[in-house]
Amino acid sequence: MPEANRPQFRNIHVTEIARYRLPLAGFVSILHRISGLLMFVLLPFILYLLDNSLTSEDTFAYLKGFAQYPFVKLIILALSWAYLHHFCAGLRHLLMDVHVGLDKESAKNSALGVFAVSIPLAALVALKLFGVF
Amino acid sequence: MADNNIGPKRLVVGAHYGLRDWLAQRVTAIIMAVYTLILLFKFLTAKEFSYEGWAGVFAAQWFRLATLVVLLSLFYHAWVGVRDIWMDYIKPVALRLFLQVATIVWLVGCAFWAVQILWRA
Repeated sequence: MPEANRPQFRNIHVTEIARYRLPLAGFVSILHRISGLLMFVLLPFILYLLDNSLTSEDTFAYLKGFAQYPFVKLIILALSWAYLHHFCAGLRHLLMDVHVGLDKESAKNSALGVFAVSIPLAALVALKLFGVF
Repeated sequence: MADNNIGPKRLVVGAHYGLRDWLAQRVTAIIMAVYTLILLFKFLTAKEFSYEGWAGVFAAQWFRLATLVVLLSLFYHAWVGVRDIWMDYIKPVALRLFLQVATIVWLVGCAFWAVQILWRA
């Protein structure tokens, strides 16, 4: 086959993302990256919360009021989900590093496990944040 | 590789740090995971969520130091991860180098802010 006609398999392009079918482990992986970047970008927000929670009784009270805004609650929920997902996906990574669950079937099951733990816990945080219990 | 790594072809950005950063990311991950469980335990066993209770947890010197070590772990961990993202998606070397430097500056700034927060009281 002439060189010009050889099929090429490059990294997927942004325009292909929508019709690209990822396996479940692929979703765990890309969400691991997205959740990590989200927490990195929101680092100053997290430090701001920690700062106000510790500085004095007044700033603590202010923080309680600040956390009542629905938009702030949404950010806290996004961060909670990001942490939960990153934590579970990270544990899965660490297990795979020591060669636990590397075969196709277990990798798929552990990917399912990551979602089965992180999503219900994030849902619990959402219910708590928006005052259901 | 050795021959084309000289002068203008010298590699200034990339993942040629190998095992060290890979291992550092795992070690820092374990440190953070352990701390998460400790903090969660302290939080859940607290009788009520008040300023005294919360600030009391952070009043002990060992807990401040532990928190700082965890935050420094977090910043190193984030550096490895964010650098991977720049390397995967940002192709122009000048822009990539700029983003990597900006990331380091940003994380070092956060580290000093964290020290100030922990030892203010």
